[in-house]
Amino acid sequence: MAAELKCHCRKRLRSGFELDANLTIPLGESPVTVLFGPSGSGKTTLLRLLAGLEKPDSGSIVFDGRCWYDSVRGVFVPPQQRRAGLLFQDYALFPHLTVAENVGYAARRGGADGLLEAFGLAQLAGRMPRAISGGQQQRVGLARALAADPALLLLDEPLSALDAATRTRTRHELRRILVESAVPAIVVTHDRMEAVALGDRMAVIVEGRIRQAGPIQDVFRHPADAQVAESVGVENVLPGEIAGRASGLLTVEVGEWHLQCVDGGESGPVCACIRAEDVVLTRESPQTSSARNRLSGRVRSVILEGPLARVELDCGFPLVAVVTAQSAEELQLQAGDELRAVIKATSVHLTAV
Amino acid sequence: MDWQAIWLSVRLAVSTMLVLLALGLPLAYWITFSRRRWKFLVEAVVSLPLVLPPTVLGFYVLLAIGPRSPAGALYAKLTGGMLPFSFQGLLVASVLYSLPFTVQPVAAGFAAVDRKLLEASWCLGVSRLATFRRVLVPLALPGIATGAILSFAHTMGEFGVVLMVGGNIAGVTRTVSISIYDQVQSLNYAAAGETSLFLLCLSFAVLALTYALQRRIWPVWPLS
Repeated sequence: MAAELKCHCRKRLRSGFELDANLTIPLGESPVTVLFGPSGSGKTTLLRLLAGLEKPDSGSIVFDGRCWYDSVRGVFVPPQQRRAGLLFQDYALFPHLTVAENVGYAARRGGADGLLEAFGLAQLAGRMPRAISGGQQQRVGLARALAADPALLLLDEPLSALDAATRTRTRHELRRILVESAVPAIVVTHDRMEAVALGDRMAVIVEGRIRQAGPIQDVFRHPADAQVAESVGVENVLPGEIAGRASGLLTVEVGEWHLQCVDGGESGPVCACIRAEDVVLTRESPQTSSARNRLSGRVRSVILEGPLARVELDCGFPLVAVVTAQSAEELQLQAGDELRAVIKATSVHLTAV
Repeated sequence: MDWQAIWLSVRLAVSTMLVLLALGLPLAYWITFSRRRWKFLVEAVVSLPLVLPPTVLGFYVLLAIGPRSPAGALYAKLTGGMLPFSFQGLLVASVLYSLPFTVQPVAAGFAAVDRKLLEASWCLGVSRLATFRRVLVPLALPGIATGAILSFAHTMGEFGVVLMVGGNIAGVTRTVSISIYDQVQSLNYAAAGETSLFLLCLSFAVLALTYALQRRIWPVWPLS
């Protein structure tokens, strides 16, 4: 049997929020699993249950054949014996200890020195945690967790405490560290870029329930339902009805438009999910394009977001497109303009409502 | 000045402080982190000496440690001595009387420590006891020092409980405050004045030290 983490547990919080997580994570070939979900979806609670800091109300957690929790048999393994290194959102470094003392706090086999070196912290060894930068603090937190020789790493929004510039830089570094450490990791995040940069697999949690799990690109490309699509950041989730099917193509009626997409055997009411970057905007209607869907609409707003521009169209329903700031300029986009939106049939993904 | 009484009070205060540190730290830990519903009852009991007249406390302690009580009988059996009107009996009474003066500052110190730091330590495989010693105690040190100093100072100045439980035996139970009372009763105002001034200066020094320690909670040199 391949190594895996099986968690199926319930936990009701005092606030009335109920977590009911059913999750299986393979630990072997895909080292980093992203636990993705909007704020308040129960990500951190689930992480704390896995770490042993909270006790579920019922259910079971089995890690690599070892039972960590079982409500029926009355098993609860305390955090000390789980070897699950937890990196808190703010890293929770011991403020009264130096960088070296933090890393060496629970080091096994004297691995602290090597880690200080490998994480570029040797120069900072004598400093106190509050006297180093956020990115450095994060590395100290990771090194401290790895020094204890964990069997599993749990990271709670590891990049959210960093400023935007450091965050982008740190993302890839973190990925490299996680892969090189060869310790399976679960990373909690609500940021799509972070998820893609860090993870191999992804589990989406919405309102306390795991809604979809799988390889990260699969989940982003083929969300299981409309709510998952919205939570993974698909900008356009359009409810519609199937109007017909012919030669491998489905026709979906959305508003007053008929969208054509690849027939995946769906039926009944569906949602058409279209990523904003898959919507191409033009002034004239291109006849030679292989794209199947052409919609026309009126520009409602153009918002510049760094190198990109987010364009909101009104096609009878709101449609969001993202184009480069350059092409927005070339098209001279302005609110009120009539435009064509072109969407490939393969870019329209259907999900259950 | 009655040096014998001063020496006795210092011995009593230091012993009380040490016993209270051993007793108060686990108790404060439990009060800070327990999720039991009836925790408030324990908190109320610990704080009783703050509002109870020392004579009332002393009276009950006297009953509790007397030779007819189970505790007193056990003590007599083990040591052959008796607790009332002895230094040990005084110590028991002082510990109870100063309990809130240690437990409350220590509990406040514990509560001010970010719980995540303890959880981080547990997740690193470090036991609860070792985490207590290596993370909680160092970070709550100002609160612990305050608790220790306050129990010392409070015991130095206690009067009613000592009189009820210990009486007035020179070298055994006659503490500074009782010595001052005696000196005034015998109209020896000069001696009473000297001893009082000594106690006043000591109390001031101790409280000044306490507040100086608490100030350290805020860094003197703020880092950007």
